This record gives sequence, structure tokens and C-alpha cells, in this order.
Amino acid sequence: MQPTTAPSRRLPLPPLVTGLGLALLVSLLCCVALGSSGIGWGDVLRYLRAGLTGGEISADETSAYTIVWELRFPRALLAAVVGAGLSAVGVATQALVRNALADPFVLGISSGAAVGANAVLLFGALGSLGVWALSGAAFASALAAMVLVYAAARTRHGLTPLRLVLTGTAMYYGFSAITALMVFGADRGEAARSAMMWLLGSLGGASWQSVPLAAAAVAAGLGYLFRSARGLNVLAMGDETSSALGVDPERRRRVLFVVVAAVTGAVVAVSGAIGFVGLMVPHAARMLVGADHRRVLAVAPLMGAVLLVWVDVISRLLLAPVELPVGVITSVIGVPCFVVLMRRRGYVFGGA
Amino acid sequence: MRVDVEALSVEVAGARLVRDLELRVGDGEFAGVVGPNGSGKSTLLRCVYRALRPTHGRVLLDGDDLHALDAREGARRLAALPQESGSEFDFTVAEIVAMGRLPHQRAAARTTREDREVCASALERVGAAHLADRGFLTLSGGEKQRVLIARALAQQPRVLVLDEPTNHLDIGQQLDVLGLVRESGLTVLAALHDLNLAATHCDVLHVVAGGRLVASGPPGEVLTPGLLADVFGVRAHRVPHPETGTPQLLFDRLPR
Repeated sequence: MQPTTAPSRRLPLPPLVTGLGLALLVSLLCCVALGSSGIGWGDVLRYLRAGLTGGEISADETSAYTIVWELRFPRALLAAVVGAGLSAVGVATQALVRNALADPFVLGISSGAAVGANAVLLFGALGSLGVWALSGAAFASALAAMVLVYAAARTRHGLTPLRLVLTGTAMYYGFSAITALMVFGADRGEAARSAMMWLLGSLGGASWQSVPLAAAAVAAGLGYLFRSARGLNVLAMGDETSSALGVDPERRRRVLFVVVAAVTGAVVAVSGAIGFVGLMVPHAARMLVGADHRRVLAVAPLMGAVLLVWVDVISRLLLAPVELPVGVITSVIGVPCFVVLMRRRGYVFGGA
Repeated sequence: MRVDVEALSVEVAGARLVRDLELRVGDGEFAGVVGPNGSGKSTLLRCVYRALRPTHGRVLLDGDDLHALDAREGARRLAALPQESGSEFDFTVAEIVAMGRLPHQRAAARTTREDREVCASALERVGAAHLADRGFLTLSGGEKQRVLIARALAQQPRVLVLDEPTNHLDIGQQLDVLGLVRESGLTVLAALHDLNLAATHCDVLHVVAGGRLVASGPPGEVLTPGLLADVFGVRAHRVPHPETGTPQLLFDRLPR
């Protein structure tokens, strides 16, 4: 590609972040207002105000209010949180394994989470935990998968990026096999369907209970990543360079791995395995603002949030009343966008 | 700043890569490390720029044990150009050079005016100011090395370690790079493959073979046909450079 394309792709950060923030607000509103039950914009805004400020609504509006405040609004917020979280861990994973084509799911964590989630969906495991059973099991098995991958990838010289990717990929197939076996062995058709839905990603289970924990995990993860953004730049340059610049690559990678796994686990626990966001959004962000992680981390989570909010709208409306899996739509939208963006911009990849 | 390598040994997976190696680099001296492939040059240098912890022995910077220093403090005193070809992430030249400021910055702090000035003058010094907005991956080999030298200078170190900085460069770029390093005025420890370049640019040469130091001294004293036959297995003829008188070498295979 022409070497002269490089400088043009750095957009100024403040207007971009402001614009994305506004876009996110508008998207959230649209996500709440658009739906198959035909509630008008005015009513939606009134219910939202009532919900936020504790105002009053009349008795005959209760069912419409419930749809807006108890179903759609937490669902829209969860979509934003999940989109932001997947994008942030995507950025971190790519720096961690030093490969811009990596996805948080290559570490095998999401497929580990699927094992726990499906044990709940198919066999009713952890029934005593009630509504927390599904996300609790998903999170716990994500962390268990993380420990397994870590233990298998680690050598006396520590965690190397290549081993991490290879181990994660192998584990991915292992966990997927267990999940497939469970789905195969389950005789309840509906349970198998919800297991499938979960594997492809869905925000259908969103409620006010699922938002705070996921939001807290994503916020904490983002906070850590922001603080270590310069370190991520250096880590992406290689271990030798990191050492020479006073960043211990081993220790940094260990912490980063735990942060990525915890955030992925928390996000996947409430949304299932939504692929492609963590791969595509960081790429798109880099095309807009360059590779510096301080800039990428300011932009990518917002982009991911906006993207997933709209994906959720589409998943609900496209074949209403049937809901499509979110993961299918992220791929359908993501792939062509990505190809077009990559071809149009002078995006240098691996020097080629 | 003086560098003392004391009784350095490195063992990896049971193999001794470096054994009992002692060398010192005086303040402001340009020291070269030469030796055949696999002799332990890179291992030695990696211990000096802290990518590797020695099994035994110490590396002292003006008497302070480098591996006991805080990592950031170490990186403020000593910078390195490792043999890494960089990443596939498309950083600009300015971003690459800014990484050199990391040891001087707090985790969440903003980039200060001083940071920017130091980076700009580092790019200026290596003659790469016009490349600031270019993507690093789009540069030629020689331009890349210049930029990496600028990053090292942005660290404001007292010592510069280079692992074969002239690899894959054409002869003009090789001379440029070593010239820039020389002009930096820093204490330099560089592994070099080209013995003639080493002879022209280094004040002192350290010859490493089989993980041990086999000779040290000014190039003219060290690069003897006998030593070159022992260490590299080649027949060497020495001729003085017609202008500078520095010894230059012509090589043949040793008769079997």
C-alpha cells in the first residue's frame, strides 16, 4: 500500500468521543422506543422520566411502562455495556497476544463459560441460586477455563503470546465439544434451543439484575486498561522492547490475562458468546485514531456500545416477533463493513 | 556512565549460554561485542538490558546493581535497541518515539510539554523529524533504525545497548546508524557482525566465543589473524585503511 496514507487516519479525539457519546445516547433512546408493541415516542420518554425520577404513571399504563422500564431499558443498557466490554477486552487481547487479528474468544474463555451456562440451561444445575444460576455458572466456568488455559500455556519462562493463542484455541475446541455433547444428550427441545441461543449470543435475558454486575466489571476493566494504556503500547512492540523500557512483559501479561478473563466472563455470563465485536471494533477504532492504545481505548468501547445497541434493535425487529441471535447479526454486519473499511483505508497490516 | 559486567553466567534449560563473563565499558566508550553465531553475544546483551536475569553474577551501572534497581529507574539510565523487528500494530513514528518517555511518566499522567520537546529533539538528532507522522511499518530498514535510536534517545539514558543494529541494512545505512550512535556521546555496548565496521567504529572490542570472553582490547590489538582463525575458523589478512590506518580484514576459508 502507499506509504503516504498514514497521516490522514488520525482523527482528533475530543470531537470524536463527544460525537460517539451523543450517538450512544440517541441509540439507547431508539433502542428503548423501537419495538413491536407500538408504544409512542412521547410515552416512552415519559415512562423513562418516570422510571429515572420516581414519577407517577396511571394504572392503565402499567403494562406499557413495564415493557419500557423493566424490559427494554435494562436491555438497551446491557447491550451498551456488553458492546463496550467486548470491545475493550478485544483491544486488550490483541495487545496481550500481540496480534491484531485476535479476539477475546481465542483465549478459550467464552467457550468455557458456555459449558457452565449450558449445564444450567440443560440440566438445571445450581437451581438453588435462582436467577443468578445462569450468569453465576457462566462466570465461574469462565474463570475455571482461564485457570486451565493459564496452567497449560505457562512454562518456566512464563506466558508467551503464541502458546496462549494455541492453548486457548485447543481449549476452545475441547469446551465446545463438551457443550455439543450436552446439547446432544439433552432430550428437552426447548432447552436445547435456549442453549443454542446462548451460544450465538442473546440479550433476551436482560433485566435490572444483570446490568449492575456486568457494568461494574466492564468499568473496572476499562479503568485498569486506561491506566496501563502506555504499557500496552510497549507490550505490543515485543518483550525485549518492553524490558528495555522498564515494563516487565511477563508480569504485565499475567495481570492483563486475568483482567481480560474476568471482564469476558462477566460479559459473556449475561449475554452469551457474541462473536466478532471484540475483533472488529478495535480494528475499526484503530483505522480512525491510529494504534496508540490511549486513543483506541477512548474510542473503541463507545463504538462497541453503539454497535451492539443497534444490533440488538435489529435482532428484535428484523423477523419480529421472532428474535434473532445477536451473534449472527454482528457477523452479518461486521464482515462486509470490515472488508470495506480495510480496503478503503491505507491500513497497513503486518507491513504488507 | 560505566558498565561493569561481573562474573556473569546464564543457564537456560540446563545449557550454559554465558559462563563467568567479565567485561567493563568505560564512561563514554563505544564498546563492540563480536563473536560467531551462538557465542552468547545476544544473551550477554539481554542481561544488560534486563530482558534476561543472569543465573549468577551482576551488571553494574556506575556501581549500582542493575537487576536490583527499579525497572523504570533502570530504563532511565540505560536504553536498548533489541533485535526485534517491531510489531504489526501500525504506530506512527511519533508514537514509537513517545514510548521512550514511558520510564519518565506516571501511569495515568498526561504527556507533558517536556515529553514532547524531548521526543521532537530526539527525532531531530537522528534526522528523522520529517518522518514523525509516517506509519512506522511503512519505513525502510534504515529509517526504522533511526527512529528506534530516537526512541532510545527519548529515554534520556546514559548507556545505549544495541544488538546487531546494522542487520539487513545497506552499507550507507550501516555507516549512518553507527555514526548516529557514535554522535550520541553515550556509553555504548553493541553486538556487531561485521568485523570491519566494528574495527572502524569501536574504541574497544570484546570477543565472545562459547559463552566466554576470549579477548578484549582496542580493535587493532584484538583482531589478529590467529584469534580470527581460532574463533571464527577463517583465514584473515590485515590491511591498514589507506586513509585512517584502521586495520581492515580480508577473509578466506581456512585450508583443511
